[in-house]
Amino acid sequence: MSYSFGEGAPYNSAGGDPRGPVVSMRGISKSFGHVQALRNVDLDLYPGEVVALVGDNGAGKSTLVKILAGVHPQDAGTVTFEGRQVSIPSPAASRELGIATVFQDLALCDNLDVVANLFLGREVGGAVLDEETMERRSWELLRQLSARIPSVRMRAATLSGGQRQTVAIARSLIGDPRVVILDEPTAALGIAQTAEVLNLIELLRERGHCVVLISHNMADVQAVADRVIVLRLGRVNGRFRAPAMSYEDIIASITGVLNLEEGTPEDDIGERGSL
Amino acid sequence: MSLGHQQVDDGTADSLRDAFTGLVARLRSGDLGSLPVVAGLVVLAVLFQLLNPRFLAPGNLVNLTLQAAPLGVIALGTVVVLLVAQIDLSVGSVSGLASAIVGVCAMRLEWPMTVGVLVAIAAGVVIGAFYGFLLNRFGVPSFIITLAGLLAFLGVQLALLGADGSINIPFSNPLVQFANAWFLPPWAAYVLVGVGMALMLGSDLAHRRRRILAQLPVSHPSLPIAKAVALTVALCVAVWYLSIDRGTGAMPVLFVLLVVVMSGMLHRTRWGRSVFAVGGNVDAARRAGIPVGRTLVTAFMLCSALAALGGVLAAARLGSATTSSGAADTNLNAIAAAIIGGTSLFGGRGSAWAAVLGVLVISVISSGLTLLNLDSSVRYVITGAVLVLAVIADSVSRRSRLSHGRG
Ligand SMILES: Nc1ncnc2c1ncn2[C@@H]1O[C@H](COP(=O)(O)OP(=O)(O)OP(=O)(O)O)[C@@H](O)[C@H]1O
Ligand SMILES: [Mg+2]
Repeated sequence: MSYSFGEGAPYNSAGGDPRGPVVSMRGISKSFGHVQALRNVDLDLYPGEVVALVGDNGAGKSTLVKILAGVHPQDAGTVTFEGRQVSIPSPAASRELGIATVFQDLALCDNLDVVANLFLGREVGGAVLDEETMERRSWELLRQLSARIPSVRMRAATLSGGQRQTVAIARSLIGDPRVVILDEPTAALGIAQTAEVLNLIELLRERGHCVVLISHNMADVQAVADRVIVLRLGRVNGRFRAPAMSYEDIIASITGVLNLEEGTPEDDIGERGSL
Repeated sequence: MSLGHQQVDDGTADSLRDAFTGLVARLRSGDLGSLPVVAGLVVLAVLFQLLNPRFLAPGNLVNLTLQAAPLGVIALGTVVVLLVAQIDLSVGSVSGLASAIVGVCAMRLEWPMTVGVLVAIAAGVVIGAFYGFLLNRFGVPSFIITLAGLLAFLGVQLALLGADGSINIPFSNPLVQFANAWFLPPWAAYVLVGVGMALMLGSDLAHRRRRILAQLPVSHPSLPIAKAVALTVALCVAVWYLSIDRGTGAMPVLFVLLVVVMSGMLHRTRWGRSVFAVGGNVDAARRAGIPVGRTLVTAFMLCSALAALGGVLAAARLGSATTSSGAADTNLNAIAAAIIGGTSLFGGRGSAWAAVLGVLVISVISSGLTLLNLDSSVRYVITGAVLVLAVIADSVSRRSRLSHGRG
C-alpha cells in the first residue's frame, strides 16, 4: 500500500543475487485457436533496466506481457520470478508478485478525480474513506514523478493524454512493484508529452524498477531502452543492446530481413552487442 | 475542491477569487452543475404564480412538499441505479406492490403497522437482490430484467388486492397520520434547521482541520461559514412561510434525511466510490479490483427498497392501496426526476440531491397544471417534454465534454 521510493537500495532481491533476473520466461508458447501467437519465447528481465519489446502488428508483444500480467495462461513454458517458478492465474496474482501492468487502454474512470483513480480498488480508510491521506500521498507520488498535474482533484476527463498516461503509470507504482509493464504508452501522445513519459520511464529505471516497454516508435525505443527484443510472428527474431544497436538492424530484424534467432537470453547480459 | 492546486491559504480575497474563477471555468467547460435546474424551477414558479396567484400560497406549497416526498424517495433509489449506469424501469410497480403489501398486512391480516412497513421494504430488498443476481449471473441487460419486473410485480400487486381492487386505510391509522397530519411545530422546525446546519458547519470545519493537519491546501474558513449562514437563512424563511399554513411535514423531513444519508454514503464511503467507479468505467473498476457484482447488487437492492418505501408513503398519503397505486406515471416521474435533477443516464455522474431538485420540478409542474384545471393528459405531455429536454441536456453536456477531450 505504501509506495515510497525510499532511500538507499531501491530493491532487496529475495532471489539472492542482485544481478540475477527478476523474471525469466523460458520456452513460452501460446496459441489462440489456430493462431500461434507465441512460439518458444525466452525472456529475462533484470532490475534497473528498460527492455523494449518491438515487432510488427500481431507479432505477439501484447500476448507475451499479458502472460506476465495474468490475463492469459501460457500453453507451454515456465515463468520464474525471483528464482521461484510461479504460475500467474489472475491479474491480482500478477500484482501480488510485484508486476504492474499499464494496458494500452489506460483504464481510468473519467468521472473520478486523480486521487480516486490513483487509489481505485486500494482506497485508504475503512468503510469511510480517508481522503486526506490519499490526497497527500497522491501529491507526494506525483511530485516524485515530477508530474505536471495542476490539481489532484481534477477529474480524469479533464487531463491531457500525457497527464492521463502519467496517472496510469503512477497508479501502477502504488504497491512498489519490481516490474512495470507499459504497453504502447506513447502511442497517442504529442512530442512534448512523449518526452514527459520517456523521462518518467528513465526515472523508474533509476529507482530500480525493471521497465518493459512495448512500442512501435523506434525513436522512443532508442532513447530509453537498454535492451531491445524483437518479436516476429511469435518468435524472438533479434536481441540488441544499447548503445551498440543500430536503427537499421532493428528494422531489418522486425521485417525479417535479418534473423538473429540463435541469440539466447544469456547473451543479453553479456557483452554481445548488435551484429 | 477547486482550490486544490493552491499550496497555501493566502487570504480571503485570493481564495474567494479562486473559488470564483474555478466556478467560471467549470461553467465554461459545460459542467453547469445544478444551476440550470434551479433556474428552471424559479422560472416555472414565477410562470405558475402569474397564471394563478394561489400557486405560491403557503397552503399549496405545503401540499406540494407532501406530494413530492413519496416520489422523491423513489427517485432517490433511481439515482443510485443510474449512477452505476443501469436502469430500473420497475420502480413504479415495486412501489405499487409495496402499497398493496402494507394494505394487506395492516387491514386484512391486522398486523401492527410497523410489521407491514418492514415486510413491504423487505420485499423491495429481495426484488432488488433478484435483479442484481440476474444481471450478474446471466448478463441480461437491466433494461429488460426490470421491464419484465414491471409487468410481473404489477401482476402480484393486482393479485394481492384481489377482487375489490383497493384497500382503504382509515385516517386514524398512525401511518396515514404520519403522512397527512404530522407537522413539526415551528419551534421544532427551527431547532431542526439549527442543529442540521450546525452539524454541517462542524463537519465542514472538521474536514478543513484534517486537511490542515495533512498539510493540504484549504479554502478560507469564511467559505463554509458563509455557506452555513446562507442555507440557514433560506431554510428558516422556508419554515416560516410553510408555518403560515400547516407547517413542515414529517414526511418531507424524512425524505430530506434519507437524501442526506445517501449523499454521505455516496461521497464518503468505499461503497460510494465503487458506485461511481462502476458507473464511470466498469472495465477499469473490475481491473482495479472493485467488487463490481456486489456493487451492482447493492445498488439494485437500495433502489427497490427505496421504491417500496416510497410506495408505502404514497399509500399512507392517499389513505388507500389501489390497483392504480404506483401505476402509469410513477415510474416515469421517478426516473424523470432523477435525470432532471442532474443524474446522467450514462452513469457515474449525479448526486443524491438530484432527487430533491428533480422531484421539485416534477411536483411544481404537476401542482401548477392542476391549479390551472388542466387535464392530466396535458400534464403527461408536459412532463414528457421536460424529461426529453433533460435527457437532451444530459447528452449535449456529455458530448461537449467529449469534444473538449473530457470523456
Ligand atoms: N484474445 C485473443 N484471441 C484470439 N487471438 C488473439 C487474441 N489476442 C491476440 N490474438 C492474436 O495473437 C496474435 C498476436 O497478437 P498481439 O496482440 O500479441 O500482437 P501485438 O504484437 O501486441 O500487436 P500490436 O502491435 O498490433 O499491438 C495476433 O495474430 C492476434 O490476432
Ligand atoms: Mg499490442
